[in-house]
Amino acid sequence: MEWSVLLLKLGGGLLTSAEIFALTLLFSLPLGLFVAFGRMSRNPVIRNIVKVYISIMRGTPLILQLMVVYFGPYYIFNVTLPRGYRFVATIIAFVLNYAAYFAEIYRGGIESMPVGQYEAAQVLGYNKRQTFVRIILPQVIKRILPAVTNEVITLVKDTALAFAISVPEMFTEAKAIASAQTTMIPFVVAGVFYYIFNFIVAWVMELIEKKLGYFR
Amino acid sequence: MKYLEIKNMKKSFGDLEVIKGISLDVEEGQVVAIIGPSGSGKSTLLRCATMLETMDSGELIYLGERAVTTGPDGKAVFAHPKQLKKIQSYYGLVFQNFNLFPHFSVIRNIIDPLITVQKKTKEESLEIGRELLKKMALSDKENAYPYQLSGGQQQRVSIARALALNPKVLFFDEPTSALDPELTGEILKVIKDLAMEKMTMVIVTHEMSFARDVADHIIFMDDGVVVEEGMPEEVINNPKNERTKAFLSRFLG
Ligand SMILES: Nc1ncnc2c1ncn2[C@@H]1O[C@H](COP(=O)(O)OP(=O)(O)OP(=O)(O)O)[C@@H](O)[C@H]1O
Ligand SMILES: [Mg+2]
Repeated sequence: MEWSVLLLKLGGGLLTSAEIFALTLLFSLPLGLFVAFGRMSRNPVIRNIVKVYISIMRGTPLILQLMVVYFGPYYIFNVTLPRGYRFVATIIAFVLNYAAYFAEIYRGGIESMPVGQYEAAQVLGYNKRQTFVRIILPQVIKRILPAVTNEVITLVKDTALAFAISVPEMFTEAKAIASAQTTMIPFVVAGVFYYIFNFIVAWVMELIEKKLGYFR
Repeated sequence: MKYLEIKNMKKSFGDLEVIKGISLDVEEGQVVAIIGPSGSGKSTLLRCATMLETMDSGELIYLGERAVTTGPDGKAVFAHPKQLKKIQSYYGLVFQNFNLFPHFSVIRNIIDPLITVQKKTKEESLEIGRELLKKMALSDKENAYPYQLSGGQQQRVSIARALALNPKVLFFDEPTSALDPELTGEILKVIKDLAMEKMTMVIVTHEMSFARDVADHIIFMDDGVVVEEGMPEEVINNPKNERTKAFLSRFLG
């Protein structure tokens, strides 16, 4: 196969991978915060439901969760969803999974905050919301950034799992070409692309960390 | 006018009774020092008075306005949240370990509560903030971050932060205990200056000579009760109670 065709196909796949990556982050980062609140809720019903959810998300393979989200509507409710549902299912499964991981990271960060910060804010007259948004959250973000970076890098590689339901992301494309042409080359090229993708991600995260380096 | 009235305050942590019925009045412009051995309940008293801790029973009144009363069942009844919010603006608290906001610059630490809580304009807040920094001899540190300051400087910022909100009563919980010995002097000086300006203050301290110099009234606490109180000279130089004597002899040698 021509290099140009190969690169074009893998490039197209990479675009889909990047879409999965971006959409997952877009939804799971904020959703994780709400999950973290649920996990720390004073209401034992909410707290325990969220606890079970997190434990399932972390205790079973993402690829299996992806299958359940994709095939679930058909086997459980007997509804057939359009072709485009593959992509939607991927985003749903990834968001649900990553929100659970982010929630635990947020919780760790929030619980690691010294109680004196809350007390100072309270005596100064900040209300609960102001305290969280203005005082706690910025410090939590700085504390959890290394852990978040780890997850984000894992996410880049996890996008390849969408292969399981034939979403045309980069790994799916590479596998298709490799089988058709009986060659390793697409895998090598895809590997290089994944590596560059993550290199950029790591660089961006480092930049953010530097930006937050103005305080300790 | 009485700025602060505490009546028969009680507080337990589980089975441990820490404040066993303490009453205390602070007049406008008065400086009250609270001394006593470790674990006697001094911090808990301050934390109940500033509502960081919820007292079990008794009364808490600022400027004649009731924050806490005791119901017929003997349990503390708190005023409406709106009223509590207002009463909260009557006092400030300076912590032992400063509790500055590390992600805010020095000036931001001081003006953020003015802008966020008191809804003042940025210009007005900056004016207040800069004035206080000048007073604390920290004008050159306006844009520094807390980690760049010495402990003494951090404590001065935290005092400025509390003063900016213009409290009627200012509480201090061992404001020099987290500092290196050579830095305590600058904080004690700031507090003495505030006393000269007739700032109403309640100060928990282990610095006996400072307490004697600055306070109008000294309270010796032990085991959750006020054991002895009175004029500084009386209590410190001429204690009547055995426990006070024993405590002071360890300090004054
Ligand atoms: N949140 C809490 N839960 C349980 N016990 C507490 C709590 N806070 C304080 N105590 C207990 O209450 C007692 C009084 O503590 P407090 O901190 O008020 O003493 P203190 O006079 O300020 O002592 P120090 O001079 O060491 O600061 C101690 O026995 C302490 O262990
Ligand atoms: Mg104490």
